[in-house]
Amino acid sequence: MGERKYNLTDEEKSKVKSLVSFTSYFLFSCLAIISIVTYIMLWYVPEINTATNDQIVEDKVENGIDLSTGLIADEGYKMVKQQCISCHSSKLIIQNRATKEGWTNIIQWMQETQNLWDLGKNEEIIVNYLAKNYAPDEQGRRKPLENIDWYVLKQ
Amino acid sequence: MIKKDRKGIHELYSIDPIEADKLLWGRETDSSRRGFLKKTALATMGTFLGAEIAFANTMPAGLIPASLISDEPFLIPGKHAGLVILNDKPINAETPPHLLNDIITPADKLFVRNNGLVPENIDVNNWILTIEGESAKEKKTFTLEELKSNFKHYTYQLTLECGGNGRNEFNPPAKGNQWSLGAVGCPEWTGARLKDVLQSIGVKDDAVYIGYYGKDIHLSQNPDKVVISRGVPVKKAMEDESLIAWSMNNEEIPVMNGYPLRLIFGGWPGSTSGKWLHKIVIRNKIHDGPKMEGASYRVPCNFVSPGSEIDNEDMCIIESMPVKSLITYPKSGAVINDGTFLKVNGHAWAGDYKVSEMQISIDFGSTWQKCELKSPKNRHAWQQWNANVNFPKKGYYEVWARATDSNRKSQPMVVPGWNPKGYLNNACHRIAVKVV
Repeated sequence: MGERKYNLTDEEKSKVKSLVSFTSYFLFSCLAIISIVTYIMLWYVPEINTATNDQIVEDKVENGIDLSTGLIADEGYKMVKQQCISCHSSKLIIQNRATKEGWTNIIQWMQETQNLWDLGKNEEIIVNYLAKNYAPDEQGRRKPLENIDWYVLKQ
Repeated sequence: MIKKDRKGIHELYSIDPIEADKLLWGRETDSSRRGFLKKTALATMGTFLGAEIAFANTMPAGLIPASLISDEPFLIPGKHAGLVILNDKPINAETPPHLLNDIITPADKLFVRNNGLVPENIDVNNWILTIEGESAKEKKTFTLEELKSNFKHYTYQLTLECGGNGRNEFNPPAKGNQWSLGAVGCPEWTGARLKDVLQSIGVKDDAVYIGYYGKDIHLSQNPDKVVISRGVPVKKAMEDESLIAWSMNNEEIPVMNGYPLRLIFGGWPGSTSGKWLHKIVIRNKIHDGPKMEGASYRVPCNFVSPGSEIDNEDMCIIESMPVKSLITYPKSGAVINDGTFLKVNGHAWAGDYKVSEMQISIDFGSTWQKCELKSPKNRHAWQQWNANVNFPKKGYYEVWARATDSNRKSQPMVVPGWNPKGYLNNACHRIAVKVV
């Protein structure tokens, strides 16, 4: 009986062989599937990465406006996308106007009260972008009515 | 190559949001259409966002995470499509004046002002209101059922206006949501009188202020950070019309407006009327929660020149809102034929006071015509006014509306006193009319 252990018949040998090859095929296939899935995922959804990682894909810009956020696509806007709109909407930026000093104060306020992180060297890029593209308009005490949508009133 | 053919995330979500969830994240949706992320999908989504998703298991199905920012039009659940969305994170939207023509503002036309994120998974059966504080004689909790059965119900029509309504006209500009005219509404609210609830617990003689806490979530997702916690002096809290409300227009309060429980202080900045209310503190000093201090909901105690820097100690808390009115009919831009009368109507309100007179001008304030003005349904309800206007000849006109309150204070024609945060612009409302 003890000798029989190492003396395999041809039939048993081929069984072992096929088991070994099946196992390795199986493991290899699993590995291949995982790599393919990872690869596809990386290609399939890179667009969503624009908010955090703009190296992967170019942002879509039309008429100088970044399509996914509505921000003016001027120097520094990608930094704004990375740092600002993970917490609040880009709409909050677009509707506001301030000087360089004003935008710096707003950032400081967010750092003091709203858990904004230290922006380090990026702060200057962001503030320059905002002060240039979202600067206050010169206006009087009250503007003329704007964007009047004329229609015939039926009474 | 694969990249060229792939569908963008917005395209996927616009075709079938539920399917897109499944496709991209493996997020499956149960029958309630609330998707509960599987653990693996949660990790995938987190990886692509570069951060862990807080509250992922309660994230509604078919919603693109907000930090991925959509260029799809954004609609607020339960709200009229005509609302102007100022901000989608946090959600803030105002109602154009011509949509505010109803005497009682319907739920879908009441503006939305949020400082943080709307709470998810509101469990009304386990909703608890706690009342405590240095000046409370004891600490007590109430379920919604207990509030409704222990206290007498009152219904009032109460005007709610954001302190920053009209901010967009200030110069130099003030930071924040750039409200124009429509951060105001006047629905009917039902609830218990705050004073009945406070008196059932006992208010100590040294009580000065009450403060609220709500269940909204801070934008930073930090669960320990309070979004906003403001309040009112005890005197205002003890008024008959100061309510702990559980119902609006005989229905549940809309989620965006504080469901299932909120405070209502008519005529004061909307921020005093805490939403998603779960705690009231009776304080022996002015409440010091977030947005009570610094420049928040404060204006300079004395008038200042535009753009001035003001020390915090020179800023005073806003209490009653100033007199104001809206032309809710017709919509600005009306073209009418020469020789016809124009019917004009709207609402007027005056914080803690009453509107005593309403006037309109069609010649840029040179002459004024008195309007018919109704009495308020109750204290703090807005009042209806109307007039017939005759235009002397063809041309471009503006109809200006001016209300005067019981203290003889009127709305200014130009933007009133500048203040750093852009509050309390009650300049007269103007609409454009062309006679052809």
